[in-house]
Amino acid sequence: MAGNSMNNSKDDTRKPPVLQTRALSITMGARELFRDLNLTIEAGQCLGVLGQNGTGKTSLLHTLINLRPSDSGAIMILGRELNAWSRRELATRLGILFQSGNDDMPATVMETALLGRHPHLARWRWENAEDVAQAHAALTAMQLDGLVERDITTLSGGERQRVAIATLLAQRPQLYLLDEPGNHLDIAFQIRSLDVIRQRVVTEGLGLCMATHDINLAARFCDQILLLTGDGEFLLGATHVILTPENLSRAYGCDIRQVTYEGGSVFFPG
Amino acid sequence: MITRHHYILLALLLVLTAFSFLVSFSSGSIDLGLGAVLQQLLSPEAGLQQQVLFELRIPRSVAAFITGGLLALSGVIMQVLLRNPLADPYILGISGGAAVAALAAILFGLSGAWVSNAAFGGAMLSILIVFGLARSRYQWSATRLLLTGVVVSAGWGAMINILLTTSSNNSVYSMLFWLMGDLSQSRAGPLSALILLAGFVLMMLQARSLNVLARGDLQAAGLGVDVARLKLILYFTTSMLTACAVTIAGSIGFVGLVIPHMLRLLGARDHRVLIPASVLLGGSFLMIADSFARSIVAPLQLPVGVVTAVIGVPTFLLILRRSQQRSAE
Repeated sequence: MAGNSMNNSKDDTRKPPVLQTRALSITMGARELFRDLNLTIEAGQCLGVLGQNGTGKTSLLHTLINLRPSDSGAIMILGRELNAWSRRELATRLGILFQSGNDDMPATVMETALLGRHPHLARWRWENAEDVAQAHAALTAMQLDGLVERDITTLSGGERQRVAIATLLAQRPQLYLLDEPGNHLDIAFQIRSLDVIRQRVVTEGLGLCMATHDINLAARFCDQILLLTGDGEFLLGATHVILTPENLSRAYGCDIRQVTYEGGSVFFPG
Repeated sequence: MITRHHYILLALLLVLTAFSFLVSFSSGSIDLGLGAVLQQLLSPEAGLQQQVLFELRIPRSVAAFITGGLLALSGVIMQVLLRNPLADPYILGISGGAAVAALAAILFGLSGAWVSNAAFGGAMLSILIVFGLARSRYQWSATRLLLTGVVVSAGWGAMINILLTTSSNNSVYSMLFWLMGDLSQSRAGPLSALILLAGFVLMMLQARSLNVLARGDLQAAGLGVDVARLKLILYFTTSMLTACAVTIAGSIGFVGLVIPHMLRLLGARDHRVLIPASVLLGGSFLMIADSFARSIVAPLQLPVGVVTAVIGVPTFLLILRRSQQRSAE
């Protein structure tokens, strides 16, 4: 089950996978979150991470960006060992959307989006016109152009999430790690933000790894699914192979059904 | 991103600083007048005026500016470090440690430089105690640091009360002046100017990282900031700045809390603007407050810490109210 069905056609002249893990194991306290995980995200691919609360979705993302240590195994980012990247270099290639932000200190929407440029700038340098243009484009993509001068402490939850996504877009990473990207967003913005990111991933040959509770969102945007079933076990494979009512019902411990309608399908609790 | 608004703000603050120096030079129990001050500065003439200006006023004004700058800069850093808008330079107990040591020195009949040295020693002791207790192996949590600091601070508070209640009337009077913050005995040596300058340069180098850290530890780490290292730098910088300020003038309240907020409300949220602006406004504010402190009830002097609160509270509330109205529009 821990195999990988997506890199059958691999040839040596292609660029290295955006992300690859070999025999990765993570424990939390005495609990094993998963063991011997072999993940590969090739350029242009999206991976969805699903699983019950507390199965380790967020811990996996944090491990991939070196915010918490793994217990064993290797993580390769763009063909290079994770620990060989300096934190700042890593941030120019890897961007993460956290589950919740911290918006106690005042800053405008524009100032916040510009923070995405931070890893790209030398210590003394100020943001130039190009950086401002990147931030502007990102804010426009999230339909925040009318709010650029607003203080983020006065925004609604959904607007803050859009600012956080815009900051990530301005960062222009090569691997996007998203932790619950749909948080606080209405359905239109859930689709819109993932459309924007997915389009970048496909056209520019980048990678996306998102942890979510929304099975339908994962089914719509992901090529591969990692379904964490607890106790160190998981299912990994192509989306249509993994996302079946049987697998999901077992993983979530709750009856999940699927209906197919006009070529798409929807999962819902029975 | 720096905008025209920021340039104007910084230019105005420079003008305010120059003006505050002149006001501070001219006011006191002997009123020199702005004209006389300018004349003396341009072509000094020996006499009482020159003596007052160069031996009393200028050293005291410089001490006030440096202390104000130290406190405001320290406040900016503390607020980012603890990601708490209510943080001020004294919140982690540095002034408490300094106060206990200074009061003990006063109790033993010491004065002048001995009290300052004791205060500095007490501040250092408190910095190390809090650091040792709050640090865990992997990370610094803002909450843990804050709780440790507040509790240590409360401990110092109790010791201050013991010292106050067991001392003779005479020393209690000096102790109270010290506790309220007082510049009348102050001389800021070149060392304190150097500490302010070093702190300023160091923080300007980290300014953009501070913008990122203000958004949270995880966010900052995700954007490539070495959070543990940065926080260590911030903790020791803000501690040194505060220790230095407390050594010069005792615990002058309000400057470190309110100056950074005033500037944020005036649009300086980016630390690359906020840091220089805070030093200038903090310094000017304390010089003006000290001018009042020594002229309102002249020839008596008020402790400057009282004046900073009396001027600062209404000014801050006014700005806060105005900005609320603006953001409601």
